[in-house]
Amino acid sequence: MRTLKLASALVASVALPATAFATDLEVTHWWTSGGEAAAVAELAKAFDAGGDKWVDGAIAGGGSTARPIMISRITGGDPMGATQFNHGQQALELVEAGLMLDLTDVAEAEGWKEKVFPPSLLDACTVEGRIYCAPVNIHSPEWLWLSNKAYADAGIPVPTNWTEFVATAPQLEAAGKIPLALGNQAWQSNLAFGAITVAVAGLDIWKQVNVDKNMDVAAGPEMAAVFTAVGDARKLAAKSTVQDWNQATNLVITGEAGGQIMGDWAQGEFQIAGQVAGTDYTCLPGLGLNAYLSTGGDAFYFPKNDDPEIEAAQKRLAAVLVSPEVQVAFNLKKGSLPIRGDVDLAAANDCMKKGLEVLAGGNLLPTGDMTWSPDVVKQNEDLMVEFFKSDMAPETAHAQWVENLKSGL
Amino acid sequence: MAKAQRANRMWRNMNAKIAAVPMILTTLVVFVGGTAWTVLYSFTDSKLLPRERWVGFDQYERLWSNSRWLTSIENLMVYGVLSLIFTISIGFLLAVAMDQKIRFEDSFRTIMLYPFALSFIVTGLVWQWILNPEFGIQSIVRGLGWESFTFNPLNNPDLVLYGLLIAGLWQGTGFVMCLMLAGLRGIDEDIWKAARVDGIPTWKTYLLIILPMMRPVFITTLVIVAAGIIKLYDLVVAQTSGGPGTASQVPAMYVYDYMFQAQNLGQGFAASSMMLLSVLIVLIPWAYLEFGGKKHG
Repeated sequence: MRTLKLASALVASVALPATAFATDLEVTHWWTSGGEAAAVAELAKAFDAGGDKWVDGAIAGGGSTARPIMISRITGGDPMGATQFNHGQQALELVEAGLMLDLTDVAEAEGWKEKVFPPSLLDACTVEGRIYCAPVNIHSPEWLWLSNKAYADAGIPVPTNWTEFVATAPQLEAAGKIPLALGNQAWQSNLAFGAITVAVAGLDIWKQVNVDKNMDVAAGPEMAAVFTAVGDARKLAAKSTVQDWNQATNLVITGEAGGQIMGDWAQGEFQIAGQVAGTDYTCLPGLGLNAYLSTGGDAFYFPKNDDPEIEAAQKRLAAVLVSPEVQVAFNLKKGSLPIRGDVDLAAANDCMKKGLEVLAGGNLLPTGDMTWSPDVVKQNEDLMVEFFKSDMAPETAHAQWVENLKSGL
Repeated sequence: MAKAQRANRMWRNMNAKIAAVPMILTTLVVFVGGTAWTVLYSFTDSKLLPRERWVGFDQYERLWSNSRWLTSIENLMVYGVLSLIFTISIGFLLAVAMDQKIRFEDSFRTIMLYPFALSFIVTGLVWQWILNPEFGIQSIVRGLGWESFTFNPLNNPDLVLYGLLIAGLWQGTGFVMCLMLAGLRGIDEDIWKAARVDGIPTWKTYLLIILPMMRPVFITTLVIVAAGIIKLYDLVVAQTSGGPGTASQVPAMYVYDYMFQAQNLGQGFAASSMMLLSVLIVLIPWAYLEFGGKKHG
């Protein structure tokens, strides 16, 4: 008898959500660290306030783990209500295959074209004049995060740019610290490489290589200098053995490591740990050398669905994600920048203000995700992680890197 | 006359044949069909979605010039050879030890077999912690007073394979032991008696009489262990995720990463076709040994 009761209770708990009044929308994403989860909760709260229900489908392990699961669900005929991607080429083929919902009418009704800033974000969502995704934030990977405590322990002032950082590294090491914290996952090595490229070679070279795809420049002396600089970074990160980016950030938070090259999403971790920008930690956009930020970021795509009710809910969610209130609440928690120029981030901290300044100054570039196919990005990730964890010569890595880029031309 | 006999054999045992039809269809459509499809599309430049744009052997050329793939193959060979030698020899020795009519044999057998009940993911995570310098063996030995002790295989590109091997052996030998024990128990007691009467020492009996008699068990074990080695994936993902760098990459990880992360199905198919080829290299000699001889008998 008891078993029967238990079983019927179980059945009821499964059946109930399906009979609920509002429309349920399953949303998949890979935001699972402390700061990220707090930010997602803001999105869910705003969507639920409209009478619908946000069914959270977080996938742990980062984008490289989550994206294959999302893609196979969409191509396998089991689409979720909405899903996160980094906008650019990641979902391009899915859009071209007609698997994504066209959001152009929502975008026109909400005036996304006028409000979304920088406009390149919306361009990355646009395929043949139709809009297929709702951008939610701007993420730039080119940041150096420094632990003020680590430098205080070593008795030296906090560096103000990458060059000083490399120069002071031996003193940090003498004080028993890891100069550069770097997670072992491949994308993190590639991110560090990208940030060092913009910082050392500058914007022009970066654009010639990644936007104009000029392979002579890619093989040239400016990029060779970048590879030498990455070789320096490799020595500084030799003792870093953690896997995930937030574990590496934690080394910086606790003062065990001097710094970390990581995107502005690291901000959320500092915030959760109760650290104050400027006093506990320092952030240097563009590694303090070239204050340029790439304007990649996260966007939500809405896989096509047969049910008109779900489609209506998808469009409601798209509108909610871009609305000013949600933009402020979400981005403050996440530590990322809002996608519209007309919101007031008075509550923003030191680091976000630095980012907003760069943004307002127009020192922007597209991300590698937007200009290269995932195939090229993956090959470069493989190369960079091998480079960072072996004694491969910078010249060898440089030659291989040029080959990788050529495979995507 | 001969024709009629063959037709007769076709219709014999109809019930069993009809019952086997669903399984035959599944095999043909899912396994054979899927395999053929994969091999076929490995000659295209399919990206996220399969498409028929033929590029000949381009995907294979790229595969065999990719340093990560070459590292994976090398790793698999080293891991495979060591793992085969050690699982089978340790498994056999354990089985022999179990066979000495010891007390609490059941309990020992259960203990030995327990790791096999855990998935590779759990095994990988457990050993990741045990081998982690800050929590595992290194910190325990240092805590006992040996301050300079270093044991950090998972972060050393030269040693990381052995870190994987330890975990793989821990998980797999118990199972091999059980197979071997079953083989040993299958040996007729009279053979032992005869050997004792002839005054042959026990170790010699094992080596020269029992071992050759256990040939079928060894071949089965070999195939099971070898197939497990080629598809090695989850242990690596859980324990090292292919790191440090690309030092512990294996072919199955390359297939997955290129099919789904790099959105390059063509490249992934080419790699998986190469894996199929290596499975065939293992399976064909086995099938020949197992079934080839029986036709005459």
